[in-house]
Amino acid sequence: MQVELRGITKCFGALRANDNISFTVPPSTIEGILGENGAGKSTLMKILSGFYSPDSGDILLDGEKVKIDTPADAIRQGIGMLHQDPLDFPPLKVIDDFILGEKGGLLPNRKRASKEFKELSARFDFSIDPESYVDTLTVGERQQLEILRLLWLGARVLILDEPTTGISLPQKEKLFATLKKLAAEGMTILFVSHKLEDVEALCSRATVLRQGKLIGTMELPFATKALVEMMFGKEMPQESKTQLKMGMNVLNAKHIDLDGVRIQIKGVDLQVHAGEVIGLAGMEGSGQTLFLSACAGLSQPVGGSFCLDEEEKDMTGQTYHEFRKKGVAYLPAARLEQALIPGLSLTEHFILSEGMRGFFIDRKKAEDLAKSRIALYNIKGRPDSTVESLSGGNQQRALLALMRDPLKLILVEHPTRGLDVESTIYIWGKLKERCANGTAIVFISSDLDEILKYSDRVLVFFAGRVTPPLNASSLNVERLGRLIGGKDWDMLETEAAHA
Amino acid sequence: MRDTRTNRILFQIGAILFALIVTTLVLSLAGAQPFAAYKYIMLGAVGSWDVVSNVLVSWVPLLLATSGLLVTFTVGLWNIGIEGQITLGAIFTTWAMRLLQDSGWNPSLILVIAVLAGMLGGTLWALLAGALKTFGGVNEIFGGLGLNFVATALNIWLIFGPWKRPGVASMSGTLPFDRSLWMPIAAGSSRLTPATLVIAIVGIIAVYATIEGTYFGLKLKAVGRNPKSAYILGIPTWQHMMASFAICGVFAGLAGAVQVTAVYHRLIPSISSGYGYLGLMVAMLVGYKASLAAPVALFFAALNVGSIQLPIILKLDSSLAGVLQGTLVLFVILGQGVRTKLLKKTKVSS
Repeated sequence: MQVELRGITKCFGALRANDNISFTVPPSTIEGILGENGAGKSTLMKILSGFYSPDSGDILLDGEKVKIDTPADAIRQGIGMLHQDPLDFPPLKVIDDFILGEKGGLLPNRKRASKEFKELSARFDFSIDPESYVDTLTVGERQQLEILRLLWLGARVLILDEPTTGISLPQKEKLFATLKKLAAEGMTILFVSHKLEDVEALCSRATVLRQGKLIGTMELPFATKALVEMMFGKEMPQESKTQLKMGMNVLNAKHIDLDGVRIQIKGVDLQVHAGEVIGLAGMEGSGQTLFLSACAGLSQPVGGSFCLDEEEKDMTGQTYHEFRKKGVAYLPAARLEQALIPGLSLTEHFILSEGMRGFFIDRKKAEDLAKSRIALYNIKGRPDSTVESLSGGNQQRALLALMRDPLKLILVEHPTRGLDVESTIYIWGKLKERCANGTAIVFISSDLDEILKYSDRVLVFFAGRVTPPLNASSLNVERLGRLIGGKDWDMLETEAAHA
Repeated sequence: MRDTRTNRILFQIGAILFALIVTTLVLSLAGAQPFAAYKYIMLGAVGSWDVVSNVLVSWVPLLLATSGLLVTFTVGLWNIGIEGQITLGAIFTTWAMRLLQDSGWNPSLILVIAVLAGMLGGTLWALLAGALKTFGGVNEIFGGLGLNFVATALNIWLIFGPWKRPGVASMSGTLPFDRSLWMPIAAGSSRLTPATLVIAIVGIIAVYATIEGTYFGLKLKAVGRNPKSAYILGIPTWQHMMASFAICGVFAGLAGAVQVTAVYHRLIPSISSGYGYLGLMVAMLVGYKASLAAPVALFFAALNVGSIQLPIILKLDSSLAGVLQGTLVLFVILGQGVRTKLLKKTKVSS
């Protein structure tokens, strides 16, 4: 189906999120929609899929003007959107989630739906059990479920918003194969991303938005440099990696056994030294979060022990607050759900994290503190801005600004997930500053480049197995990718035996 | 529509008008003269120094209950068990008074001990609801509701059992305490007790200062809005929930103690007088803001007292005050909902 947008404009208050945007996507095309955070990609896609109504402008499908007021209208017209966080129902069974959007009689025909679900998943080589519950699926599998559901409802235009965030490399490859197959069958695919490599690997055209405006469209072959310039208006400097000296032990994890909901990990050994960065790589849900949260006392190991500092203080079985007192900080990936408090201002967050003394709040002192931190971390917000009013990148900066000083160990889940290149570089700059002062960092990332670029050593997780710490300098994308996919593990053991 | 102070106030006024219209309709349907009813409610609430002092007598326990509830609402808890906590406060107060009434101690000392006992009773009952939630995973609404029934049953059992009047047990409660053990009444009034008035006013000021000005209050807010993030920020979450239960229990217990020492001078079956539920309504009506609690509670107390005369003068049931209070809360919350929706719409379409 051919999708045409004509003069789409959408404002939120004074902000022009979409400013007179027009472009046409021919059928059988995978169109990349590129732009940094806040460029207006998501708004435009939400207009196309009926979540927002445009202030002005038209949508044309196969040359005919259509009116799309709700997501239900959109899917009736054949437009389905896969959201960054899958819009599914975690407490439901897969098959029930699958048939939810269907128009139909009083009683759902589960048998037929189940048969069609299996046929569809076989077509794309997905392996989801229709009788399992949605909350037991990985993010990648939930995406697959959403894609199947949208196809089943008759989608002929598929919009994907940042689909490669939070899924592993093999899941990404499978997703790309699926999308290419769908495009070959005549489907139009709009692929929203800020990852150039994904767009280069998948798309046949790329359209770039910046500050709500359409900057241009590029056909294959893409000139990376030109695309970056279109996105950011300037070339991003690449940070060079400096070799740090190994400091004292800050964390010693000995033979850690962990029991997760769906995953068991046995016998992880890891010594973290002051000033070093350790990356935890692996498919989403391979046990990295389980291990990282155990390092902070947020979950308890069933075997082994955690010791902190060079004095080897045994912290096994202690709560996160005990770890925190010893200079450990944990930064969750779900910023507004697990790390910040919607409704409270930046100032109030700083007061809470500082653990100020006294009974009554010293407003003046608190505001001064907030102002200095906001300036120091370059947060776009005022002391009285509530955290939910900040953009994702600024929320992440606030999270960094909230960390106390000094810290021995920072544990971070996906430090730059969903952030644009500029914020990513900024966040890592701040983290590296901490390292230079002797703080160790352990982080999880699904982004292989991020793992390779910033880690000194890497632990790879695969289905509950964990590699010994590998020197990042001995790894490249290919080798890391193979390990994450469960390959070469025998070689690793042989190497270890010889070492 | 923009988010301004003016339209916020306009919406509040609109809500009050709607509540009046609905109540007027209810009255008309019942065949009564609405304006006569309103007139007598007003006269019944402010017509004489005596009724005004009655309003204040009713205001004290209501404001105490509301003050406590503001603390639990701040931490995100629905302490519906406050009714039982008031009852337990009354029971503990009565218990202390019964133990000490023949001791020959200074009556003031006995009253102080009795009030402290009431605070203890309310706190223990609140902590029980808190423990059920924290350690038993029982939602505080269900736990509180269950404990309310237990408290009522305990109260009735005491009145008709161990603490019954000499001779025959009665719904009118236990034998009244000696006049020397009543809270001192203000000169020129039949019931107003200045001491309890001071307690209630100091209480709401303390709650306001705590929530708005202290680190503890900010931590309560943080836990109430997002316990997970609060924990990551280093705030002990369940401890703060328990603390807020305890504080609410103190206030509920105080309300119960006031009912026994200053209002009824004995234990009666409906000793809580529904002030817990009414306090929930006041807290909702003021949007959980401590600054507005005192005047709104006073208004509710005035409605309650004002409608007492209705059955006699207009042959109307005095539950009319409840109708007015209920519709008021409903329309104010509805108004807030509609306003939020309109604001959102403006945000999207402008």
